[in-house]
Amino acid sequence: MSLPDESKGPAPRRKDRSRWNWLLVLPLLVTLYPPLYNRTDPQFAGIPFFYWYQLAVISVGVLCTYLVYRRTKG
Amino acid sequence: MAGIKGTELAVFTALFLLVTGLGFFASRWRRPESLDSLDEWGLGGRSFGGWITWFLIGGDLYTAYTFVAVPALIFGAGAVGFFAVPYTIVVYPIVFVVLARLWSVSHRHGFVTPADFVRARSGSPTLALLVALTGIIATMPYIALQLVGIEAVLKTMGVTGHLPIIVAFSILAAYTYNSGLRAPALIAFVKDALIYVVVIAAVVVIPAKLGGFGDIFAAAEAKFKATPNPNDGILLGGPAQLQYATLALGSALALFLYPHSLTGVFAAKSRNTIKRNMAALPAYSFVLGLLALLGYMAIASGVKPLVGANGEPDSNTVVPLLFDQQFPNWFAGVAFAAIAIGALVPAAIMSIAAANLWTRNIYKEYLNPDATPKQEARSSKLASLVVKFGALLAILALDPQFSIDLQLIGGVLILQTLPAVAVALYTRWLHSKAVIAGWVAGMTVGVWALYQIPRKMFGDGGVVTVTKEHFGGSAFPLSKLGFDTTTTIYAGILAVAVNLVVCVLGTLVLRGRVTDGVDTTEAEDYTAEAGDPGVSNVEVVH
Repeated sequence: MSLPDESKGPAPRRKDRSRWNWLLVLPLLVTLYPPLYNRTDPQFAGIPFFYWYQLAVISVGVLCTYLVYRRTKG
Repeated sequence: MAGIKGTELAVFTALFLLVTGLGFFASRWRRPESLDSLDEWGLGGRSFGGWITWFLIGGDLYTAYTFVAVPALIFGAGAVGFFAVPYTIVVYPIVFVVLARLWSVSHRHGFVTPADFVRARSGSPTLALLVALTGIIATMPYIALQLVGIEAVLKTMGVTGHLPIIVAFSILAAYTYNSGLRAPALIAFVKDALIYVVVIAAVVVIPAKLGGFGDIFAAAEAKFKATPNPNDGILLGGPAQLQYATLALGSALALFLYPHSLTGVFAAKSRNTIKRNMAALPAYSFVLGLLALLGYMAIASGVKPLVGANGEPDSNTVVPLLFDQQFPNWFAGVAFAAIAIGALVPAAIMSIAAANLWTRNIYKEYLNPDATPKQEARSSKLASLVVKFGALLAILALDPQFSIDLQLIGGVLILQTLPAVAVALYTRWLHSKAVIAGWVAGMTVGVWALYQIPRKMFGDGGVVTVTKEHFGGSAFPLSKLGFDTTTTIYAGILAVAVNLVVCVLGTLVLRGRVTDGVDTTEAEDYTAEAGDPGVSNVEVVH
């Protein structure tokens, strides 16, 4: 199995732990508990809550992931 | 062959020829000095930036089968089919940090497959072999299913017989052999452009024609009320909620254990590219959610699925039929091309991923340890052909249902590599032999649970007939474990839970008593970024 090219020295030590990572749990919490959204009302443009809620939660996922990306970059 | 739809077929064929040209041209795109190594042929030079990675991973994860099967599931059963949306919401936050670590360690060590990583991390060739075999077995039926997507489209256009699909797949095999990962990467641009145009047109045009979403959902509700099946409806039944959540979670955990998903990750040029993509990829989830609703539109528009080869209605034809019914002919042709091209991209990436597993973890590990990069590339190119024709044979010679069953099982199987791959990216605490024991336990429980699940048909007057004794779904009734409940859970989650318990208990028993393999990775490897010493940076000639 290939080993890294040690002649160039080890990679610098970085850390990828960050308190911001906890934000990634939020999209999971609001998605993986169906009783939260398993109902018809309120409707949006004739679409039951169950459907438009989950479509809307996609943006929560994007926002959280993007924020964590910005905050932990570099 | 009567009933061929000329205009649709002409547009379809023109777009198909366009991507064929792109597929062959791709070998010159971002041209390397030579394609004779796995880094070049199998990973496109490991140089893909943000946009290409986005199209490549997106084109890879959201397959033609997804586009056809998810609306078909909604058409047949309602809300449970919408699990694809929470599944693709939770996957990116879950893998955000994991994949960044995998990218780093893989570029430090030149890993091409997940099993390469397992080999170095666990120091156990056996575990690496198990991970490689699981990957190959789980990927094969997935490739076969892409053909089901193309077939559904051809059937709707009135094209019958096996020849067209053999021709289409042979062309795909030829340019994948020729251009490697660059081919699907380039075609993915066309695929996604077409898909976005079609989906946006569909959700604007079709609901307007059908009287708005209110009427569409009313029609769906009326249909499900009329069926005696207690498990369908536009909302989840009580017992189905746990299944819904665990299926979404289990599928999300499994997604990036599939070797083809990781191929896109390995091919990215930097750790940052991966992280940024995790925030950008959900754009596809939105499209998928809208696509799923096409299943209801098909109900409202009165689509009757075509009868399949086995004499039963083939619900995979509902989306093509809906397009055929609601779009002008030329645009239906575009939509059909979008689905078919949507099958080619993942089929190519999957065959490359399976071929790389074969080459790196079986051929080089056991058959030819001194293989040169050129020999590795040749082995992968040939294996990619074998894999594709195997898939073709599986669809043509066997009942396609066999591939669908295998794909269902495949998801549960690939999930059993979670401790060896995902957990190992964080901690080396688990003993490699305990991980092997966990894999065996998880596999056994997973296959056993799926075997217990029948598919039922609900006839009039509450008559329940079992149409399929085993492997009829993934919803495992907890009552089989002695619980007094009608609640069901995704079989994969049950299996991976058992797997993890065995891993932990096994480690407690073995640690200090039985020698463990030697880990050849360092803590710093997991956070390395492009430009760091030892991180391979392949020069790209533009």
